Amino acid sequence: MNRTLRGATAIVGVGETTYYKRGQSPDAEFKLALKAILAACEDAGISPKEVDGFASFSNDRSDPSRLANALGIHDLRFSNMQWGGGGGGGSAAVAHAAAAVATGLAECVVVFRALAQGQFGRFGQGPRSNVVSGGGAFTVPYGLMSPAQSFAMKVQRFMHDHGVEQSALRAISLASYHHAQANPRAVMYGRPLDEAKYDASRWIVEPFHLFDCCQENDGAAAMIVVPAERAKDFDHPPVYVLSAVTGSHYRAGASVHNTPDYATSNFKTCVPRLYDMAGCGPDDVDVLQCYENFTGGVLMSIVEHGFCEPDECNEFLTTENLLAPDGKLPTNTSGGNLAECYMHGLELNIEAVRQIRRTSPNQVEDVDVSLVVSGPMVTPVSSSVYGSEATV
Amino acid sequence: MTAYLNPGLPNPAPAPDGLDAPYWEAVAEERLVMQRCRACGAWQWGPEWICHNCHSEDLVFEEIPLTGRIYSYERVWHPVHPALNEQGPYIVVLVEFPEHNGARMVGNLVGDPRQEVSIGATVQAVFEHHRDDDPPHTLVQWQVVAS
Repeated sequence: MNRTLRGATAIVGVGETTYYKRGQSPDAEFKLALKAILAACEDAGISPKEVDGFASFSNDRSDPSRLANALGIHDLRFSNMQWGGGGGGGSAAVAHAAAAVATGLAECVVVFRALAQGQFGRFGQGPRSNVVSGGGAFTVPYGLMSPAQSFAMKVQRFMHDHGVEQSALRAISLASYHHAQANPRAVMYGRPLDEAKYDASRWIVEPFHLFDCCQENDGAAAMIVVPAERAKDFDHPPVYVLSAVTGSHYRAGASVHNTPDYATSNFKTCVPRLYDMAGCGPDDVDVLQCYENFTGGVLMSIVEHGFCEPDECNEFLTTENLLAPDGKLPTNTSGGNLAECYMHGLELNIEAVRQIRRTSPNQVEDVDVSLVVSGPMVTPVSSSVYGSEATV
Repeated sequence: MTAYLNPGLPNPAPAPDGLDAPYWEAVAEERLVMQRCRACGAWQWGPEWICHNCHSEDLVFEEIPLTGRIYSYERVWHPVHPALNEQGPYIVVLVEFPEHNGARMVGNLVGDPRQEVSIGATVQAVFEHHRDDDPPHTLVQWQVVAS
């Protein structure tokens, strides 16, 4: 038995709500989830009642039983949650949906994420309690408590070890903002960024300027996974899941910043499995969507996914190299978490699908292999590779 | 020493399960301790119930020297807690103990918050007592040792 997900399933529908700034959604979070799922079903041309499974991540609050109830689903077969915070589960949820469909546990699984930070509180703030115990007792009282603060420490060390300059982080930010200017769905559409504006922006925590940090948004996104043999029954050209993996390296979860291999995006053990399953390597990747919680995570992910050596970051990470359609590695072609929407990276998986469908706002020519990196620096992380008909 | 950060952040409290109580007792007496396995000798931080190396439950909190070296650092500018709204920039350091399996602890780097920070610099622990807080506690801060 050949144990692989390669080509066994396909994405046949994608859906997104309007993306809002944090707190601006007129809809409740659960309604946002429903709207994205309905949009994905409409895109695929299937009845929402045919959906028989849900996969999500990051403790999504929209419970599958409640979704199944609201949608009138006849036969719920699969409900799945990837543990771990941030966007680390974005591609893992795809892996689990694909695994369920490939093994016959379910026939039509929705991968989704819904977020209304206005309704439920923000990510980028410290705790408001009077006391803190456990791992936080060793960091919070020193003013180390937000995701930006937790990850800046890793990125600082990586930049120190490899002589990486601020311009590498800036290029990642400029590429996302550039791509968002062609994407009317993007929250930062009509708000371009240039080098001077980036350089003049305030520090959040060194080495992150304001524009190195993701937005906080409200909205929802959904994708529909079906068996490959059904993939051609739908309106759009099928987009096959070539690979999707998740995991973390030795003691990645060690508390108080004690992970032995520290200055990493946490992909070193995942990437060999990712490419092995996909049957391709970094040279075959036509376009990249890489989760930007912070640009420093993109920096290390690009290295760990094999696109450049750690000591080549300053030469490789230029805005020109990251732009569609002609850059060496067009990256975050919808605007990503920085400039389209922080939908915990599920919007990046959707953009990867659009690139293979030839419907991206910043279309790269002849895309056959489209890669997504989900949630660098958290644990566990995940990545996925999508392929066109030509790849299977 | 006077407190490095403005008052009002959450106070650290020993974990209700008792796991880290010996650490908080030690720093109140100006001793720095780290968890060590009596079976295999491995050091580990933060505290765990078993040794990550050999899985023994026979762990003790053993005293370590009051010097380490800066493994990484960050200068924070944007306050994410109201207590820090008037703070201005501050420096958080990750201090490594090379002789103790490279285990690390987090603290602030005392002195000018705009000072240049060198990864690899040797630092010395400075105990910051908050004996009147609820609960009373001691923070461990770090000061660069003149080379």
